[in-house]
Amino acid sequence: MRNWLYLHWRAFLHASTRLARQPLGTLLSALVMGIALALPAGAYILLDNIASLARGLSGTPEISLFLDAATQSGGDGSTSANANGDASESKNGDDDKLASAIEQRLQAETELASFRFVPRDEALRQLERSGLGDVLGGLAANPLPDAFIITLRSEDPAVYEKLAERMQAWPGVIHVQLDSAWVKRLHALLGLGRMAVLVLATLLGLALVIVTFNTIRLQILTQKMEIEVSRLLGATDPFIRRPFYWFGVLQGILGGLVALGVVWAGVAALVDPVTALAETYGAVFTLSGPDDASALGVVAFAAFLGWLGTEISVQRHLTEPF
Amino acid sequence: MIVFDAVSKRYAGGYTALDGVTLRIADGELAILSGHSGAGKSTLLKLLPAIERPTAGTVRINDQDVSALPRRAIPYLRRNLGLVLQESRLLFDRTVFDNVLLPLAITGHPPGDAAIRVAAALDKVGLTGREKEFPAGLSGGEQQRVAIARAIVNRPSILIADEPTAHLDRAYAAEIAALFRSFNNAGVTVLISTHDASLFAEWSPRRITLARGRLLEA
Repeated sequence: MRNWLYLHWRAFLHASTRLARQPLGTLLSALVMGIALALPAGAYILLDNIASLARGLSGTPEISLFLDAATQSGGDGSTSANANGDASESKNGDDDKLASAIEQRLQAETELASFRFVPRDEALRQLERSGLGDVLGGLAANPLPDAFIITLRSEDPAVYEKLAERMQAWPGVIHVQLDSAWVKRLHALLGLGRMAVLVLATLLGLALVIVTFNTIRLQILTQKMEIEVSRLLGATDPFIRRPFYWFGVLQGILGGLVALGVVWAGVAALVDPVTALAETYGAVFTLSGPDDASALGVVAFAAFLGWLGTEISVQRHLTEPF
Repeated sequence: MIVFDAVSKRYAGGYTALDGVTLRIADGELAILSGHSGAGKSTLLKLLPAIERPTAGTVRINDQDVSALPRRAIPYLRRNLGLVLQESRLLFDRTVFDNVLLPLAITGHPPGDAAIRVAAALDKVGLTGREKEFPAGLSGGEQQRVAIARAIVNRPSILIADEPTAHLDRAYAAEIAALFRSFNNAGVTVLISTHDASLFAEWSPRRITLARGRLLEA
């Protein structure tokens, strides 16, 4: 085992020396690999950012159940809150009765994961915070109804569409809205994006395997004499192949590091414009670069591609008889 | 003990390099293999480290049938043989030290022990102090000495040399011949193919003569 590790260490040193002796070639190969890997890696990071943004908004289907304002106020409009959202006037006894009745019905539903009551004055305050305060200020009364926000155990659209249909028939319910449609669309788009990244990564990965294959082929040709002499002196196949594997893996690691550098540079360049853009929509969002696991994944993937290209090349070009 | 038993070698295309050669070389013997070009000398020597395989007959080294060795066992056979080829086959991008070190690196010798062995091998061929030089800066005779040092650094019991003096002038060739003689004196079995057997004549070695693949004198 110790001897095996020593031989690997020597092979590693041999491969490192080879890479260091041809700095321009090494740099160009690392750049080719790095830039090619940066495309799918960057796209993946972007999708990851969008996905985390979507998760922050709403990742599960929601139903908004609006109560009839006329029923709540007993038909005389006496319970309406002013446009400034005075909570003390937002409900009367009828409101409580209706809300309690709906709450009881919701508790009886087995498909629900959770629900929460949003009083009309709270809804108004939320609307004001979203930047519509000026518009709402011109209104004499709060036009918003009380509502329940409901999440379901199932993500099956058929389940919550059926439930929404049933809720629509409940007395005192004026409108039932499925809030999750856009999230579902976003998730579908993210899925599509991920598939596109996978296809891109596969194609570019294939290209990098071919690049490594050819690099190793040239290395084998330039070291033909050394290989022949080593064989004559008793070198085994693993001894001869080991430096090439290290060469391919090290080249892959360098390519992966270049890819990470490109992605980090891209994120650093885009973080301020993206944050500024998000602020114009009243959102707080900061573009983040690859985390440690993703960074390690990129380098490991690049190393794997280097190994794979080497494996194919070595199998093809180093199988002559002794 | 090296034993060739009814060995024949026919190459693709029908050329017969060896035809029914039977031969024994005892341990510690100095044997000179001579014959004209195309006589089969190089082919006979290549059968020992299994660079070539016989098409008929068997080749044995110390009772091991090397003609039937599986591919994966061949490197271990070669580690016990010292090979010196017609061209020095040195690596010109490595120093003298690194060239001689190569067989020890292959076997994974610890660096300290390897350095001692390399120094000893270079001392035996008279190249002490030249460790850091590159082969391109050495004469043909010195390059061949480096090749010999590389062949003996693993302390083989059998030394095989294929025309080791072919490209050297008479003076250098005589020095190389003397080196092989000194190794033989140390108990190493030496088998050398040469066009010029007179280089070794003063030590009265065993002469083995081949002609058109057949043994004329053994």
